[in-house]
Amino acid sequence: MPGNFATASDVIRFLPEIILAVMGTLLMILDPLLHRRSSNAFGHLSILALAGALGGAIYAYLNGGPAFGGMLMVDGFATFFGVLVIVAGILTILPSYRFLARQGAETSEYHALLLFSVAGQCLMVAANDLIMVFIGLEISSISSYILAGYLREDKRANEASLKYFLLGSFATAFFLYGVALIYGSTGTINLAGVNVVLSGPGAPSLVFVGVAAALMFVGLGFKVSAAPFQVWTPDVYQGAPTPISAFLSAGPKAAAFAVFLRIFTTAFAPIGHGWEPLVWASALLSMTIGNFAALQQSNIKRMLAYSSIAHAGYVLVALTARSEVGTAAAMFYLAAYAFMNIGAFAVVSHLSGKGERYQNIEDFSGLAQKQPLAAAMFSIFLLSLIGVPLTGGFFGKFYIFKAALESHLVWLTVLGLLNSAVAAYYYLRILVMMYMREPAEATEAVEPLSPGLRLALIVPAIGTLFLGIFPNWVLDFAGKSSVLLK
Amino acid sequence: MMSAVPVYWFLMLSAVLFALGVAGFLFRRNIITVFMSIELMLNAVNLSFVTFSYQLKQVNGHLFTFFVMVVAAAEAAVGLAIILTVFKNRSTLNIDEVNSLKN
Repeated sequence: MPGNFATASDVIRFLPEIILAVMGTLLMILDPLLHRRSSNAFGHLSILALAGALGGAIYAYLNGGPAFGGMLMVDGFATFFGVLVIVAGILTILPSYRFLARQGAETSEYHALLLFSVAGQCLMVAANDLIMVFIGLEISSISSYILAGYLREDKRANEASLKYFLLGSFATAFFLYGVALIYGSTGTINLAGVNVVLSGPGAPSLVFVGVAAALMFVGLGFKVSAAPFQVWTPDVYQGAPTPISAFLSAGPKAAAFAVFLRIFTTAFAPIGHGWEPLVWASALLSMTIGNFAALQQSNIKRMLAYSSIAHAGYVLVALTARSEVGTAAAMFYLAAYAFMNIGAFAVVSHLSGKGERYQNIEDFSGLAQKQPLAAAMFSIFLLSLIGVPLTGGFFGKFYIFKAALESHLVWLTVLGLLNSAVAAYYYLRILVMMYMREPAEATEAVEPLSPGLRLALIVPAIGTLFLGIFPNWVLDFAGKSSVLLK
Repeated sequence: MMSAVPVYWFLMLSAVLFALGVAGFLFRRNIITVFMSIELMLNAVNLSFVTFSYQLKQVNGHLFTFFVMVVAAAEAAVGLAIILTVFKNRSTLNIDEVNSLKN
């Protein structure tokens, strides 16, 4: 293909990113023309853009293969995660209508940044080359730094944005140094190429490659908020606008995990026995720190942040298994997690009121009497986060621990299961608040459910239950895609 | 010219600069200085890329530095804007005083 800037098939396989970038730019151009009169228009347009990108992603999958000389790889794995981050984007916009109106915030930039961030994540999940991973990671992260501090006047949002930015760029630098060392020791940055060099004769010094893998582990560990790199998570999730906290816990996290899985199970597969103990320790630490710290939280956003650290730990268990079954389990889990967590944050966003005053767990008391629908949906999400049967969370955990056992990780499985028992306590506490207490100040003041919010609750609930009742549909696809990964 | 200096010296310099950046990030208290430490880390990586590119007789490594520079510029624009809003709301640039988020 030398000499050709881009062929038609390149463009088709790059379609979702093109649609999102063009529509994001268009939103910013339309901003001065539409003004604030029709601020909902930007939300509608960005949902349209994401729906277009969803179609583009599926069309790209049907014409799948490598693009741009092997820098991108549109396979089942990329499409699975691409669809996941696009759906996460749509589910973030639904509760944002009411949220932005209540806070009196501008809407055009918010949606444009969200589209750019999703575009970056689509690029990340399809990247087959370490520099492409880096570019996608930065497109996604830089947009999210701004989104975390979108409410400029709010001190908490400023702080969240600052911490997210500083620690995020710090982590990126580590990742990049790892890329440089890989480039120096193998002479290539193509993931398949690195695999070939590492498994072939005359493999480069393991010290160099080991340091590079460790640096990349640190960088990606920050992005997925795995312990011991999780310190930023509670502050950022607490301070950021609630729909954005939901987005951060679903989209960027799933995309970072996709990169994690792709790099460590393709490029670094030959040195798997070397990184396995590292990921093992990080998985255990994330589950334990996340669950035990969540027990002590009174702020619900902080609690969900710690729970998201714990859930990152569960996914790392799947990575530790180093098998195709494990990869498929991680994919399934991240899909289930995106639905249940975005749904849970949508309820928090609904209740928190102007200026996000009500964020305490006590504020949920008596919600079931005032708004049975919101309480019922929240219960579904919480039960799924616990891992109760008939919800997506149950099968997610089941497949992950099954994969871990198949790879003889008995101790990790036992400790992980004990951890999920601990987790049940802090989720159930909210259920007790909602159903067994009298309404308090926050629940008395709660506004009626807007149509956008109703959708934002019902769609993730259907998704959660669907994954819990018909898990095979998604799991079969994940299983097929995890084989393609090689 | 470059052959006069062994290649691994450049790599050592790059590692030292990276480590200085990490140290600055961890121990400095002024937000601007912390931010500059991150830039130092990115540029240390650039030095590595150029050195490896020279050693491998490839042009790829040089191209990567351009990507990194563009990303670093975008990051600087966003980062300084964030730091500015923090300063406007709190009138301080000490990172220890930005600590209102807790349980």
